[in-house]
Amino acid sequence: MRVAVCVKRVPAPGATIVLAADGRSIDARMLSFTTSPHEECAVEEAIRLVEKHGGSSTVLTVGQPESEEQLRYAMSLGVDKAVLVPTDGSEWDAQATAAALTATIRFLEEGGQVFDLILFGNESADAGNYQVGIRLARTLGRPVVTGIKAIEIADEAAVVRRATSGGSEIYRLPLPAVVAVKEGINLPRYPTMPGRLRSKKAEIVRSEPDVRPGGLEMLRFLNPPQQASQTLILGRGPEAAPAVVDLFFEMGLL
Amino acid sequence: MILVYLETAAGTPSDLSLQSLTLARSLGDELTTTTFGPGGDWVIDHQMFSEYAPEARGEALAQLTRSLTPAVVVGPGTDTGNEVMAHLAAILDVALATNVTEVDVATWELTRLRWGGSLWERARLTGSPRLLTVAPHVLPASDHLVGEVSRFVPELDDLLVRTRVVERVEQTGGITLGTARVIVSGGRGVGSADGFSMLEELAARLGGAVGCSRVVTNNGWRPHSDQVGQTGTRVAPDLYLALGISGAIQHWVGMMAAKKILAINTDPEAPMVTKADYAVIGDLHQVLPAILAEIEARTRT
Repeated sequence: MRVAVCVKRVPAPGATIVLAADGRSIDARMLSFTTSPHEECAVEEAIRLVEKHGGSSTVLTVGQPESEEQLRYAMSLGVDKAVLVPTDGSEWDAQATAAALTATIRFLEEGGQVFDLILFGNESADAGNYQVGIRLARTLGRPVVTGIKAIEIADEAAVVRRATSGGSEIYRLPLPAVVAVKEGINLPRYPTMPGRLRSKKAEIVRSEPDVRPGGLEMLRFLNPPQQASQTLILGRGPEAAPAVVDLFFEMGLL
Repeated sequence: MILVYLETAAGTPSDLSLQSLTLARSLGDELTTTTFGPGGDWVIDHQMFSEYAPEARGEALAQLTRSLTPAVVVGPGTDTGNEVMAHLAAILDVALATNVTEVDVATWELTRLRWGGSLWERARLTGSPRLLTVAPHVLPASDHLVGEVSRFVPELDDLLVRTRVVERVEQTGGITLGTARVIVSGGRGVGSADGFSMLEELAARLGGAVGCSRVVTNNGWRPHSDQVGQTGTRVAPDLYLALGISGAIQHWVGMMAAKKILAINTDPEAPMVTKADYAVIGDLHQVLPAILAEIEARTRT
C-alpha cells in the first residue's frame, strides 16, 4: 500500500518560547526544533503499515527550508520518500497549507498511483488548527476521521479506533482515506545509524504550488499574563501528612 | 444572526458547549442554537445521526447555515467540536479560527490559544460566515434558554455513512480522567511502574483517578490513556495532586483548569510547586506513605 504522512516542524515541546521584538514570530536562535508529537506517531504508523502490508511511504511538509531536518529524520526512521513545500518562514494558515498539500498530493498521484492512506497528526503542537487534514480530504473527496488511536487495514478499508471519555468508537473507512492520529497510537522508534547515513544523502523533492492565503491572518503573538500564584507550603517531608489530610477533609474528599 | 452549535448528551448541552455560548453572547447579535437531536432551537433531525458522524454533521450544518445565513457560526473547542466545525469550514470554503477566547467585533481581531494556551495569538478573521470554536475552560458557562424549537431535516447522501461510528466499546467501570473530581498524577519522580501502586491506593481512598506526565508514558510505566497534558487528556478536576511532576508547559496546559493544585516535589523551585495552590516539599516516596497512614488513622472508627 502507498502511505503519505504530513508533518510540521515546531519548536521542541517544553522549550521556552521567546517572542521576536515585533511579536510576529518567535525567536528561533535558542530553540531546538522537532516534529509535532502527534505527527511523530503518524510517521511511525506509516512505517509500521508499510512494514506489515508492503508498499511505500512518503513524508510531506509545508515549511521553511530548515524543515528538511524533519523530513530527513522521518527518512532515517524508514520513510522512503520526502517532499518539501518551501515557505519563506512566515506561517501559512490552515487553508493555504491544505491547498498546498492537496496540490502536491495530486501531483504525486499523477499516473494513477493513489495513496491508500494519508496520515496527519490530530493538531499541530503550536498552531492547533485541527483542520488541515479535513480540508485536504474534502477537496480530494476522501473519507476522513480525526483523533485516531489504532489503525487496522482489512478488505480495502481502514478500521480505526478513537478514544472517547467513556471508552472508544470504531469507524470503517473505505480506502483511499485520510486519518488524523493522536499520540498514544504507538511509541515511535529511534533512528538507526545506517538510517541516519542513508537519510543524509536522500533526495528531497520540492513542490511549489501556487496558493493564496486564507481568511485567518496571524497578526502577532502575546505572552499570556502571568497568574500571580501564592503557593501555601503545607510542610516538608512526611511531617506534612496531617496538613494534607486536613485539606482532603476540608474539600469533602474523605 | 449568530448560530451556535452545541454538543449534547441526552438532550443537555455539554458544559464546554455552554462556555462557547458565553463567547457567542459577547458578539452582540441575535443568537440561535442548533443541536443534533433535542436541546437547541434548531434540532437537526436525520436517521444518520443515531450515531456520531462528523462528515454528515458538517454537511447538515452547512445546509442549515446556507438556509439561515448567519454572520458567525460558533462551536465548542472539543476534539469533536473542532472536527465538525472543520468539516463545515471545508464545505463552505471559509476560514475557521479554533480555540478562541475573545473577539473584538468592531475589527474582528480575536485572541486564540497556541501551544495549548501557553502562547496567545492575535489574528484577524474574515469570511462569510465567520467560523470559530471556543477554547475549553477559559470562559464560564452560560445558562441555556431554548426558544421556539424548529426542526431541520438535511438532505444527506448515503455515501456519508462511510465516516459514521460503526461500533462503540464502553469502558467497564472505573473513574475516568475526564470526570474524576480528584486526580492523583505522577511524573518522573515516581521512578518506576511499580511506584504507581501507592498513587492508585491514594486515588482509591479519595474516589479519584490516576494520571501521569508524558515522561511516564514514554518510559512505558503507564498507558497513554492516563497521560494528562497537551497531547494527552485535558482535565479540570476539583483537586489535582502533582507528585514528582516538574510542571513542563505541555503538562501544565493539560491540568491548569483544575480548581486546586497540590504539588509534592523535592524541588521547591519546580514550576509545578511555584504555580500550585498548595505544596509539600519532600520526596513523594516518604510523603505518600505518611499521607496514607494518616488517612488510615483518621478514618478508622
